[in-house]
Amino acid sequence: MAEKSPGTPAKGTGAHTEADGGHGGGFPPFDSSTFASQLVSLAIAFVALYVIVSRFALPRVESVIDARQNAIEGDLAAAQKFKDESDAALKAYETELAAARSRAQAIGSETREKLNAAAEAERKTLEDQLTAKLAAAEKQIAATREAAMSNVRGIAADAAGAIVQRLTGMLPDSKTVSKAVDASLKG
Amino acid sequence: MKIDPIHQFNIEPLFTIGHIGNQTIAFTNSSLYMFLSVAVISLLMIGGMAGRQLVPGRLQSIAEISYEFVASTIRSTAGAEGMKFFPLIFSLFMFICISNLIGIIPYTFTVSSHIIVTAALAFLVFFTVLIYGLYKNGFKFFKIFVPSGVPIYILPLVMFIEILSFFLRPVSHSVRLFANMLAGHIALKVFAGFVAMLGVSLGALGWVGGMLPLALTVALTALELLVAFLQAYVFAILTCIYLNDAIHPGH
Repeated sequence: MAEKSPGTPAKGTGAHTEADGGHGGGFPPFDSSTFASQLVSLAIAFVALYVIVSRFALPRVESVIDARQNAIEGDLAAAQKFKDESDAALKAYETELAAARSRAQAIGSETREKLNAAAEAERKTLEDQLTAKLAAAEKQIAATREAAMSNVRGIAADAAGAIVQRLTGMLPDSKTVSKAVDASLKG
Repeated sequence: MKIDPIHQFNIEPLFTIGHIGNQTIAFTNSSLYMFLSVAVISLLMIGGMAGRQLVPGRLQSIAEISYEFVASTIRSTAGAEGMKFFPLIFSLFMFICISNLIGIIPYTFTVSSHIIVTAALAFLVFFTVLIYGLYKNGFKFFKIFVPSGVPIYILPLVMFIEILSFFLRPVSHSVRLFANMLAGHIALKVFAGFVAMLGVSLGALGWVGGMLPLALTVALTALELLVAFLQAYVFAILTCIYLNDAIHPGH
């Protein structure tokens, strides 16, 4: 160890490695005179690194990663919320639409029935009126025909009596005339 | 021209800090690269995260990826309880990875090419495991030496092997990293040296011939980049596995 690096301490290691360097006995990684220096440096450097890493570096990275995770989760939750809202709105719209459609159908059929019923009633009264009028008209026609027929008979009897009087010069018996008229009317 | 692949591992004191006993404590080129690594990591992890952006930029992405990478490594090997050691494992991984990567740059120094550095880190892990294991589990910690389901007549042998392997952990842990970095850098230096040697000794023909070792050097550099990262990862994951023993003793 110490006896391997003779001479002045500061230059000792340097001179030693240079003198024995190359392919001689002094293989630098096994040169124990440098061990203490390396260990001290390593201890200082590694402790410094550990403190920097554990106090500053890792918490900072962790907080950034956490913040990102939270942001992503928050965004996803918000997106899910919006999706739920739009789904609910769509559902409400559909039920509303269905309700409106059925209501419209109900109104339509109700109106149709009402109108049908009204039309039917009107038709019926009209028919009744028409039937009554028809019956009255038929009656009148029959009466008129009757009257006309009886008038025709009278006129025919008169005409026949007049024709016979002209031809024979004597007034025929009205009974016979009307009988003859009736017979010809029937024939 | 002589190839000296060992020269790159020389420790050169830059100035003296003080003395412990009759040992001179110097600030060396190794110290310089240790602190440079710490500075680069701090810059990456703190400077990179300075924006705290929701959508990260490049530097912030690297910082976050290294965080997530180490965190998932710990979770998968040592479980959620292993996250207690997150700062330690993160420091180890980043320190080894960044110092290895810096070491690939020509004319730089590779901190982990010295056994004393890797051994110090390995013993740090070893004692952390030992002390935490004993503190948390008491004597139950020794269950790691007694695998369950082993027939009683070969149990002494198994226990002997388990104990031996436990105490050899820091050796394998440190030598693996040290040897990988050392061998890689020597190989790089040797092949790179061939280029110059051929050129100097054979002239124009040598420069043409030097293209082959040059291509090899490029390929080796790529390989060393992978090794630099991989060895840091191996060191970190072995640390996790050893810590898992301390957290959950009994196989």
